[in-house]
Amino acid sequence: MIKDITIGQYFPGKSPIHRMDPRVKIILTAVFIVMLFLSKSIWGLLVGAAFTLVTFFISRIPFKLMIKSLKPILPIIIFTGLLNLFFIKTGEEYFHWKIFRITDEGVNTAVFMAVRIICLIIGSSLLTYTTSPIDLTDAIERLLSPLKKIKVPVHELAMMMTIALRFIPTLIEETDKIMSAQKARGADMETGSLMKRAKALIPILVPLFVSSFRRAEELALAMECRCYHGGEGRTRMKQLHMSAVDGIAFVFTAFFLAGVIALNIIL
Amino acid sequence: MDSFLKAEGLWFSYINEIEEPPVKTEVLKGIDLDIKKGEFVAVLGHNGSGKSTLAKCFNAINLPEKGKAYVDGIDTSDESRLLDIRQKVGMVFQNPDNQIVATIVEEDCAFALENMGVEPAEIRRRVDEALKTVGMYDYREHAVHKLSGGQKQRVAIAGIIAMRPECILLDEPTAMLDPSGRREVMKTIKMLNRELGVTIVLITHYMEEAAQADRVVVIDSGEIMLDGEPKSIFTQVKTLRNLGLDVPQVTELCYELRQAGVDIPQDIITEEECAQALYKLLA
Repeated sequence: MIKDITIGQYFPGKSPIHRMDPRVKIILTAVFIVMLFLSKSIWGLLVGAAFTLVTFFISRIPFKLMIKSLKPILPIIIFTGLLNLFFIKTGEEYFHWKIFRITDEGVNTAVFMAVRIICLIIGSSLLTYTTSPIDLTDAIERLLSPLKKIKVPVHELAMMMTIALRFIPTLIEETDKIMSAQKARGADMETGSLMKRAKALIPILVPLFVSSFRRAEELALAMECRCYHGGEGRTRMKQLHMSAVDGIAFVFTAFFLAGVIALNIIL
Repeated sequence: MDSFLKAEGLWFSYINEIEEPPVKTEVLKGIDLDIKKGEFVAVLGHNGSGKSTLAKCFNAINLPEKGKAYVDGIDTSDESRLLDIRQKVGMVFQNPDNQIVATIVEEDCAFALENMGVEPAEIRRRVDEALKTVGMYDYREHAVHKLSGGQKQRVAIAGIIAMRPECILLDEPTAMLDPSGRREVMKTIKMLNRELGVTIVLITHYMEEAAQADRVVVIDSGEIMLDGEPKSIFTQVKTLRNLGLDVPQVTELCYELRQAGVDIPQDIITEEECAQALYKLLA
């Protein structure tokens, strides 16, 4: 059962967002974040929120899944909301009790920030929900490839990420096995204080590390046997292609970005 | 037939530098071996006999300390031909989990070709062909970690044959597999040899697998002890036992029967032959 966990949070599907070139998706996500931070007024933000909602519906990601990704951020949203609510003291006063003072500007800013953070999370989760980790790594490698000129080891970093992704399930399986083996020898991992349970992890981590080193060595050998000699002169079987979907996405995003900028100027 | 892999007075030793003074372990002591194009050779020997080390000498992972190793006439110590050698001689290891690089079957299969800088369209064609050869084409878009051991090992073999090597070295490819996985892999290996004419060097612990080869080489403490056809090797039951090796079960059965005075041929190494001989005996 531990084997079935998903890597990353990719949700396979066939929506237009899924079909987009991962490079375009990364770039447009960056544009989207800029869009959110550019908007100064609530109207500009509403345009950003509309963009978020529209892409969310197109992607056909289940609503529940999105709520799940928002949950861990909830404390941050509440915290920033409260901070803005109580510490902005300018504007018309709504409510006053001892040192607490709530003003209209405070309420506005609190709502504004909360909506911005929620949009930010939904937008960036959409990227990881609709793109498999492999495609993401691939796209990052290609987007960063100009950095090779200034000696950034882009290919090596991407290869490390690919191998890490490849070995996550293998190592999880191994952890499972070692845990069973230690339990069979009387190890107690479920009871006791936090310290005690942390200590109980040592007999699991040590063999796991030892075997990872052995695996790494064997893998390196196998890679060498398959003519691996770094990124130089390497080709790829899967070429990334931009299609009509990507063009539409570009136009679509540009349209919303222009909207935000226009609203900023007008208001 | 042409000689493809050749070792001439090959010496190799591991040096343990952690110890003080460094400890040198001689693993191969003057190996002379000549493997012809298209041959299916099984290499036998107990643990630490040097059989894996020998295999690694043939694709320039290990370079000889003394003597020479040649691949298709190329000296393995010639660094400028390293990639040529690795492309001509593919290697499959024991643990399929530790030799698969990518998460998706077809991407792993493409790895070697991508390293060689083959054109994308050609990679696609060769990957499909290799996966069809090992019967894993239907799984091409599956995640590797969800396959069975035998399937993973066949993916690893596909990754090698996509390079179109002339020879494949297999280092105990079935040791970690269950019996059905072992059968799948052996079937694939034999098919590669018979139908595509790939030279096969199979390092194994299983006598039943070695019995299927054209030629068996027995190595003990870095030296070649026996070299010949399976029939001539496995009938030397006593010698093999002294080297810490078994013989196929059927050969042992016939040997014991002969010892007990039953008139049964000595050169039986497959179950089929054994069944025929017993049938004749009892008829």
